Amino acid sequence: MAKKLYKGNEAVAEAAIQAGCRYFFGYPITPQNEIPEYMARRMPKVGGTFLQAESEVAAINMVYGAGGSGARVMTSSSSPGVSLKQEGISYIAGAEVPCVIVNMVRGGPGLGSIQPAQSDYFQATKGGGHGDYHLVVYAPGGIQEAVDLTMKAFDTADLYRMPVMILGDGMIGQMMEPAEIPEDYQPIVTDKSWATTGGGRRVINSLYIQPDELERVNLRLQKKYALIKEKETMYDEYLTEDAELIFAAYGTTARICQSAINMLRADGVKAGLIRPITLWPFPDAPFAAAAARDGVKKFLTVEMSCGQMIEDVKLSVGGRKEVAFYGRTGGMIPMPRDVYHYALSVMR
Amino acid sequence: MAVVFKKTSMLTDVPLHYCPGCTHGIIHRLVAESIEELGAADKAIGVAPVGCAVFAYNYFNCDMQEAAHGRAPAVATGIKRVNRDCVVFTYQGDGDLASIGTAEIVHAAARGENITVIFVNNGIYGMTGGQMAPTTLPGQVTTTSPYGRDTSHCGYPIGISELLSTLKAPSFIERVSVHDVKNVVNAKRAIKEAFRRQIDGKGFSLVEVLSTCPTNWGMNPLDALKWLEANMIPYYPLGNYKDRDKEAASK
Amino acid sequence: MKQELIIAGFGGQGVLLMGKLLAYAGMNEGKEVSWLPSYGPEMRGGTANCSVIVSDEPVAAPIVQEASAVIVMNRPSLDTFEKNVVPGGLLLVNSSLIDVKATRDDIRVYYVPVNDIAAQVGNPRTANIVMLGAFVALTGIVTPEEVLTALRHTFGPAKEHLMPVNEKALAAGAAAVAP
Repeated sequence: MAKKLYKGNEAVAEAAIQAGCRYFFGYPITPQNEIPEYMARRMPKVGGTFLQAESEVAAINMVYGAGGSGARVMTSSSSPGVSLKQEGISYIAGAEVPCVIVNMVRGGPGLGSIQPAQSDYFQATKGGGHGDYHLVVYAPGGIQEAVDLTMKAFDTADLYRMPVMILGDGMIGQMMEPAEIPEDYQPIVTDKSWATTGGGRRVINSLYIQPDELERVNLRLQKKYALIKEKETMYDEYLTEDAELIFAAYGTTARICQSAINMLRADGVKAGLIRPITLWPFPDAPFAAAAARDGVKKFLTVEMSCGQMIEDVKLSVGGRKEVAFYGRTGGMIPMPRDVYHYALSVMR
Repeated sequence: MAVVFKKTSMLTDVPLHYCPGCTHGIIHRLVAESIEELGAADKAIGVAPVGCAVFAYNYFNCDMQEAAHGRAPAVATGIKRVNRDCVVFTYQGDGDLASIGTAEIVHAAARGENITVIFVNNGIYGMTGGQMAPTTLPGQVTTTSPYGRDTSHCGYPIGISELLSTLKAPSFIERVSVHDVKNVVNAKRAIKEAFRRQIDGKGFSLVEVLSTCPTNWGMNPLDALKWLEANMIPYYPLGNYKDRDKEAASK
Repeated sequence: MKQELIIAGFGGQGVLLMGKLLAYAGMNEGKEVSWLPSYGPEMRGGTANCSVIVSDEPVAAPIVQEASAVIVMNRPSLDTFEKNVVPGGLLLVNSSLIDVKATRDDIRVYYVPVNDIAAQVGNPRTANIVMLGAFVALTGIVTPEEVLTALRHTFGPAKEHLMPVNEKALAAGAAAVAP
């Protein structure tokens, strides 16, 4: 199949459909509107359902109902809307309902801006709602990867019976790149006898009023999370073998760091990049391994935030090497030249 | 020996946790019997609320989902869109439906979502210990309106049946009570009709059931039934508020 | 070969389409491409710009700050983006709407009256295609044929009748910067 030029938001939407998603509930918010718009056009043609909900709150609860009924279901939003969804996400995690949630992050806090940001990292990876739970969080660095991870997200959600998040940003949503969306994708088939489809006595629920019972549930969830950490952690490395300076960045920011690394290498500075693809589970092993190498002098975390992922980088590095930070916020994008200059100052 | 009365198979054998004299038990039975009598037992999916009926998923003998506070109509929407041939209902109290869940109920009704909503209105938050509800009567004492509901401070009760009946899409909206046998029989008729509308694909149906809370009203069960009749019914008149079948027939 | 390009103008001038056509054409020639638009609350009449990269190598950062070429379709865009051209880079100015000259002397500047040329070829709305013709002729980053293929793809069958005038516009743009 030939590559086509896709806008990120539309690529994510079509990838979801090719992965068997037939239900989409959402609410308009910039910069992800192309997703609900695409679904509104496309779902009726594949026998699926698109419904514009009255709010993000309602949308995520529709996802709960549909996911609890065994359907492959998705919702998408951007930061302020994802804040509204947190209640439902906590319930979905607690009730162990599979679904996919897309967050094309914009600047915050509050109404913030509509420009790209990465300031929802804490919310996405540390449990934005209440309770001891996690989402698997995928952070695509380009449109092809957004396609691949969206399709994988539905499998991961079904496999582990849990909500999975695609954490993009306004740039991923709005930019166009060539990508290939397979039309012969075979979704994994899991046992969904737990789903409410009528005629049974099944209960989708997150209420365990007896503390010992809830503790047992939480410990079981933790076992699941441990298994996910072991099996599903993903990352990419760029020129790290001989690197003295290791960048840590994800999503579009990692691409900007690659440009900066190319500039640094041209100047003889040995720089490389570790790019987490799953933000949860966080890939601490490659950071720990790099921190243990004598040749590695420093780490530099670059984010479109005031410094969120850096906390996980520091935990992984374990105090063995210095971890510096460069960030832009509010919808400002770090430019390769600025990152390059900052990296030079760090290495001086 | 002839069987003259049998518990509906749509209720489980789990003992109800409701307080003595509470009318939730009656309403559960009416809902369960209606579903069974309509032959929908093997395709029923219920959504439990947050509030006194939070454990309803233990009592209704069918597939159930437990929703977040106020969100049951949205959850039911998701269920119904996937299971179009199933009979999907929510069972919600006044705090759940008329306070925190107003957006969800209004929009489910406005869409004509083909679900049935059982709205239990007893004018108070029962589970959390007797706080003021959106349906608490003017002057009524609760733990958060200890001097009586002051309408100059927190406004007037919401008539959900009146409000939703202004919408075009709903098929059937009726307010009933369960304070005596005659009204219980009438409530059963309305609830069954509401489910029938869903089965016939007519769209959104809601039955508002006036109910008692002897514990938090501070009364014995009998006095609570009398109080309902004397105080709630004048404020919340019983009767049908919307019937699109009748509207169509009269045209 | 690599072009890192900023195209800017006001909404409605078709600057985003210019970028998309280049990306399409580049992709169809087997090159690595990316297209990143500015996006804002304005729907029409506001400013619009996009970053386009067409390269033989995989694209790292999709946002362009140090541009090998900048195309400005209106005056505010000249003021904003002239500084982004790398020394020795290319600046294409729509002299139909911009009555001032560029201030830098370390870059190659071409003044192309694209609105006037578009009117001459018979459709004022082809001004962006005229400019694209000039850019493609100067850089050779993609062939004019691929640009037309991309345009035909974008138009679809319903707008096939617009192809001849756009073909003329593309050629007229190239002629305007011919040595």
